[in-house]
Amino acid sequence: MDLLNALVAILNFVVIPAASYGAQLALGALGVTLIYGILRFSNFAHGDTMAFGAAMVILITWGLQALGIGLGPLPTALLALPFGIALSAVFILGTDRAVYRFYRRKRSAPIILVMASVGVMFIMNGLTRLIIGVDEIRFDDGARFVFTVRDFRDWTGLSEGLSLRVSQLITLVVTALACWGLFRFLNRSRAGKAMRAYSDNEDLALLSGIDPERVVRLTWLIATALAVTAGTLYGLDKSFKVFNYFQILLPIFAASIVGGLGNPLGAVAGGFIVAFSEVAVTYPWKKIATYLGFEPQGLLQLLSTEYKFAVSFVILIVVLLFRPTGLLRGKSV
Amino acid sequence: MSNIRQADASSPWRAPILFLVLALLFLAEGSFRNALFSGSWNTALAILNMGLISAVMALGVNMQWGYAGLFNAGVVGFLALGGLAPVLVSTAPVAGAWAAGGPRVVLALLVGLGTLVLAAQAWRRVPGLMRVPALVAVLGLGFVLYRWLFDPAVMAIEANNSASAGHIGGLGWPVLLSWPVGALFAAAAAWGVGKVALGLRSDYLAIATLGIGEIIVAVMRNEEWLSRGVKNVSGIPRPVPYELDLQSDPDFVARAAEWGLSPALASGIWVKLLYAGLFGAVLLVLILLAELALKSPWGRMMRAIRDNETAAEAMGKDVTRRHLQIFVIGSAVIGLAGAMMVTLDGLLSPNSFNPLRYTFLIWVMVIVGGSGNNWGAALGAILIWFLWIKAEVWGPELMRLLTGPLPAGALRDHLLGSAPHMRFIALGLVLLLVLRFAPRGLVPEK
Amino acid sequence: MAEPYLSATAMRGGYGKADILNGCTLTVDKGQIAVIVGPNGAGKSTAMKAVFGMLALREGRVTLAGEDITGLTPQERVRKGMGFVPQTHNIFPTMTVEENLEMGAYIRQDDFTGTLEQVYDLFPAVADKRKQNAGELSGGQRQQVAVGRALMTRPSLLMLDEPTAGVSPIVMDELFDRIIEVARTGISILMVEQNARQALEIADIGYVLVQGANRYTDSGQALLADPEVRRTFLGG
Ligand SMILES: Nc1ncnc2c1ncn2[C@@H]1O[C@H](COP(=O)(O)OP(=O)(O)O)[C@@H](O)[C@H]1O
Ligand SMILES: [Mg+2]
Repeated sequence: MDLLNALVAILNFVVIPAASYGAQLALGALGVTLIYGILRFSNFAHGDTMAFGAAMVILITWGLQALGIGLGPLPTALLALPFGIALSAVFILGTDRAVYRFYRRKRSAPIILVMASVGVMFIMNGLTRLIIGVDEIRFDDGARFVFTVRDFRDWTGLSEGLSLRVSQLITLVVTALACWGLFRFLNRSRAGKAMRAYSDNEDLALLSGIDPERVVRLTWLIATALAVTAGTLYGLDKSFKVFNYFQILLPIFAASIVGGLGNPLGAVAGGFIVAFSEVAVTYPWKKIATYLGFEPQGLLQLLSTEYKFAVSFVILIVVLLFRPTGLLRGKSV
Repeated sequence: MSNIRQADASSPWRAPILFLVLALLFLAEGSFRNALFSGSWNTALAILNMGLISAVMALGVNMQWGYAGLFNAGVVGFLALGGLAPVLVSTAPVAGAWAAGGPRVVLALLVGLGTLVLAAQAWRRVPGLMRVPALVAVLGLGFVLYRWLFDPAVMAIEANNSASAGHIGGLGWPVLLSWPVGALFAAAAAWGVGKVALGLRSDYLAIATLGIGEIIVAVMRNEEWLSRGVKNVSGIPRPVPYELDLQSDPDFVARAAEWGLSPALASGIWVKLLYAGLFGAVLLVLILLAELALKSPWGRMMRAIRDNETAAEAMGKDVTRRHLQIFVIGSAVIGLAGAMMVTLDGLLSPNSFNPLRYTFLIWVMVIVGGSGNNWGAALGAILIWFLWIKAEVWGPELMRLLTGPLPAGALRDHLLGSAPHMRFIALGLVLLLVLRFAPRGLVPEK
Repeated sequence: MAEPYLSATAMRGGYGKADILNGCTLTVDKGQIAVIVGPNGAGKSTAMKAVFGMLALREGRVTLAGEDITGLTPQERVRKGMGFVPQTHNIFPTMTVEENLEMGAYIRQDDFTGTLEQVYDLFPAVADKRKQNAGELSGGQRQQVAVGRALMTRPSLLMLDEPTAGVSPIVMDELFDRIIEVARTGISILMVEQNARQALEIADIGYVLVQGANRYTDSGQALLADPEVRRTFLGG
């Protein structure tokens, strides 16, 4: 019985939160890794792309709510998401035209592009603050839980409870669909293969007649769609606050490097590795240890939650030390 | 293309003229009272002082970026680490804090460090299959021992007079001594990060420093025993007299009267002038040293490496080693600036270390001023800092002007209320425009 | 005499200020094999890039089937019927063999399964590994994939930059046989080779390039017979 309780507690406090957080990171890291693979720089504006996109989604959600349009038990934000993606994509393609294309044509060093992305980050950050403010915003409507702790206890009779929030379930489902669609696209479609070819060997792709500008546009489009989805899911799951999206940049970078920059499959794996490590390290295991018959003195928390970003950092450092190309071999060092 | 456009930029008069313009801006700030300027010398000098400190930060970033092309995205962390030094070195000792847990904390930190060293040794020495288990064992045991030592000690320190202290306190040494210590703190952290992230792709350093920056700030916010966290550490001693002391000094009051100034005003201005002299001296010495270094064989090699890394590597230069050197030195300068800043504020406020303000704003200063040129970086720093502060006043004014025709209502209020956010947009635009159209900045490298 | 199928005449140009090519001339007739040999750093790869439009020429002209193509981009030259296998980085390593070939046919709008089968027939060894990532293949197999990729557009001129670099002697012989086979189908071949002796054996015309200029130009057999060429470039 206690063993079951311990398992339920692990599921409730570690596995489910980490899985949905990991899914959000994975979507973000996919965008970073795609941009890295094609445009060959680490996009510092990615976190703010997530924030900007989520802000767009929130505005549209409010609009839809005012019109009385909703999705019943599902959050209205899901309906607003495609529109948010479209608006953000227009903006991001604009930044490519106005900012990045110049350096791409000049074949500038990657670090110059990183710097330019910092400029874009500032502008997007300012715009997001301007549009929606700096306060915390909750925009999840519809049902909150798929099942609650009480439901679970009633069903099972266990003393330990388990709940699943709608936002968590949606995160997992949407991420699974997005990954499935993305990998199908990359592996099956002509355009997707052209993207992979360009990422693999830019010069040879040019010799094969692949239009680099089309590949780049497509990459921004996909990365933006993933980023806005990630940003919206993150906002639904926690809440929307501009600064949090700057902070999530580090775990996202860590995830994409762990998986191997430029390697999409690696980005997904990296997202979950970072998320599970973060949650496992900052979770107080006392309760579970007690179920298992130990009588621990302290909380058995390896690191307080304020330091959760340190986990990403340590993972990052370990990977850089021992395997700089990432677990699944990304682009060369 | 941009080189042609900036061909005239290398005129020898360019820097002096720009500095003159800057001086005029400060004169205007001090003397005219209107919608644009405050007309207060106190305000003008306060901006100047922080501008000088920003110039020191910019100098450090310029060494890393301008000399070596290294992107440090964690300036805020090195700055905060430097800012810790005045607290630990020169605040008064907290009664009972050391006795409560000082030695134990130090021991814990040593154990932590030793664990890492031992782990590295284990990784290097233990052969084959036992390697990973050995590493895990060392790290695990080390961590348990560390926490066993650390946690009770921290609790004891934080419990000691927690309302007004609750931290380990300082040594009570002169505050100027803490400045080089701040530089050392930052240098040590930079060495650790650089050791790992340099020699890999250039983006990796940016990402790793972004991480270390966030972590250092998180440590300062949460380790109350060290920095009092959100409770702030105040009472950091000053290298200059206190205004109140001056106001009660008859000599000073008499001399202020000669100038026709009230004692309160005169004391404020005098203190700020002293600070300005101090910071200005540090800045000049640093620029001088940096220029000397740049002209030495070492500096020429540095620039050769930056301009063509592959060629330099082919010629047998140890590029990674050079990069580590310059990264550590640049971070030390940033740490020094952190110590100076906390000294000026008389307060360590861990919550105020914001990456946008203290990492990316400094970057804009360097890029605008002229990456690779020390005078340019200093100029850019003071100028951008002036504009950054004034934008707080000018932004809403501008918004009011722009929204004048709009009917009063929610949209107008929203726009007026959002004016401060425009600063970020303006900053981003400036960065992008300079990077694109004048990549060599206001005062280009010679 | 009719103009050769490909003719690149008096090419001058380089990567920066200094010229690497100093009046180099290369021609290939329809269905013939032309081989460029020469010491390391002579500018052989540079000459190939110049012919393919990957290097801006300061002087000189390139014509293909009588048409001046000097101003065309590499992509446009691919559409004109040129195929190029660079010396290095000539495959997509994380894509499968089949995907590599598909990318070779990227500009083709028609059904290219026939060409795919022809390439597999030509290189049975890679046909067996069509679902494997090209980066995981052996050196010789990679080169076969690279050549196959360039053949996917059904070029009339195939340019190969050291196709046998880093492969074992047996594989090299095999590759040469395949190249002859390709030439027999009427495709002109312009090839740079380190293994000068063997390459010249199969060459209809050979160029010895030194410091970006033609030192000797003759039929392959004549060059092999020339004692001066033998002593200086073929090691006796
Ligand atoms: N991308 C490049 N940029 C600058 N110089 C180059 C480049 N590629 C080759 N070179 C120089 O051009 C010369 C000729 O090189 P290459 O054509 O590769 O010689 P080969 O193929 O005959 O060995 C060499 O001196 C080489 O250093
Ligand atoms: Mg070559």
